[in-house]
Amino acid sequence: MNKTNLERLILLSRIDSHPILGELDINKEVTLMIDGEVCKAYEGDMIASAMYANGKRVFRYTKKFHKPRGLFCAIGKCTDCIMTVNGVPNIRTCITPVEDGMIIETQEGLGQWERSEGL
Amino acid sequence: MIHKEIVIVGGGPAGLSAGIEAAKYGAEVLIIDENHLVGGQLFKQIHKFFGSREHKAGMRGFSIGRDLLEEINKSENIELWLNSEVIGINKEKELLVVPKDQGVVEIKAEKIILATGAIEKSIYFPGWDLPGVMGAGAAQTMMNVHRILPGKKVLMIGSGNVGVIISYQMIQGGAEVVGILEASSTLGGYGVHTAKVTRAGVPFYRPYTIKRAIGEDCVEGAEIVQIDSQWQPVEGTEVILEVDLICMATGFNPLTELAWMSGCQFTYIPELGGQVPTHNDRLETTVKGIYIAGDISGIEEASTAMEEGKLAGVHAAHSLGYLSKEKEKVERNKIWERLNDLRSGPMDIKRKNGKELMFLKYNEGCIND
Repeated sequence: MNKTNLERLILLSRIDSHPILGELDINKEVTLMIDGEVCKAYEGDMIASAMYANGKRVFRYTKKFHKPRGLFCAIGKCTDCIMTVNGVPNIRTCITPVEDGMIIETQEGLGQWERSEGL
Repeated sequence: MIHKEIVIVGGGPAGLSAGIEAAKYGAEVLIIDENHLVGGQLFKQIHKFFGSREHKAGMRGFSIGRDLLEEINKSENIELWLNSEVIGINKEKELLVVPKDQGVVEIKAEKIILATGAIEKSIYFPGWDLPGVMGAGAAQTMMNVHRILPGKKVLMIGSGNVGVIISYQMIQGGAEVVGILEASSTLGGYGVHTAKVTRAGVPFYRPYTIKRAIGEDCVEGAEIVQIDSQWQPVEGTEVILEVDLICMATGFNPLTELAWMSGCQFTYIPELGGQVPTHNDRLETTVKGIYIAGDISGIEEASTAMEEGKLAGVHAAHSLGYLSKEKEKVERNKIWERLNDLRSGPMDIKRKNGKELMFLKYNEGCIND
């Protein structure tokens, strides 16, 4: 996807006003670190919706063929959208709410646990 | 091990209704859900429900969800465990639960009601695994619950109710629906919903299917192709559409993992969504004391799921001694009347027949035992 298309997507992805649901209640803003980039989201967002709000569609790459994967079922069942969150891999981002200061990383393959020394 | 009277797995329309019903007669209920909120898929349903008033017709899914939540909160007999996953179950009605950040908890239940719902079915084509290809319900969740438009130009696969309703909601959310594909020669949705998207200028392609999704890291387009009466692609009819989201509204499968693990019997009934736990008209499975309700017992609507939840709830409460045999029968008949009403439309006859076949299979199984 070229840059302009992506920018348009980001611009349009948050639904601020809706004919049935009304205006978006803006919750407290939270700051996330997505692959080393400082990103904004709202309290109540799932990690997956925060990813989309920041124009990100690729959540992980598969182990064998290094193919991109992203949001698929959005109800925590398919595990396609798993990412590494605060050092823990395989987190289902579509049903995990964001927290201020969360560190979110694109997952490579099955991911790696960060284990402390001596464990 | 913690002891509980009735444990309900899944806090969607079926599970919540089951809990409310059982608690009404005095039973102590624990509802477990892996999400941070209960309501299941109700909160993404912003269209008005069909049926008569007692079926909540005219109400939108999210307001039905809010009403159920209010009732749950009012009841002193209902306990809610959120962010909690049930990872194990056995015939003795013991459950293994992982509440968030709290290790593992074992529960011994007198009665269990599995109301685990369903997952969207996929169709498989080159590129179906690209980011930007997703379930129609997934897009609906993103839009109506998280207020995120997951694509600007959308191709919808499937013209059933889910396909047309969510197409319309995509337009309400600000997207352009480039087309709706239907592999059969007839459209699948209710007239009122089909008419809405038609009036909005959305073209139907039929009989058409998708040939491939185009794109490197994300969806950038889709190639579609006409199919003949043998479901084979017709050469030369390919069309390339520029889209950034491909949604599949191609049916559902019941989420039956826990039921399989519990050791209950299954029956294959395509009209109900495939392999479904064998159950009777009180929604009890072949493992005594384990009930099912909602989509796990056969794919239907939220309105039927709520009635099924009540059915399982009332019988579970009765079998614990909270209401008499006579009272249970009266209540059960009332619920069945409403269920039969809900299943009386021309599109519901298949499911009604499927259910009747199921009860027959259950009774056959009991005779064989």
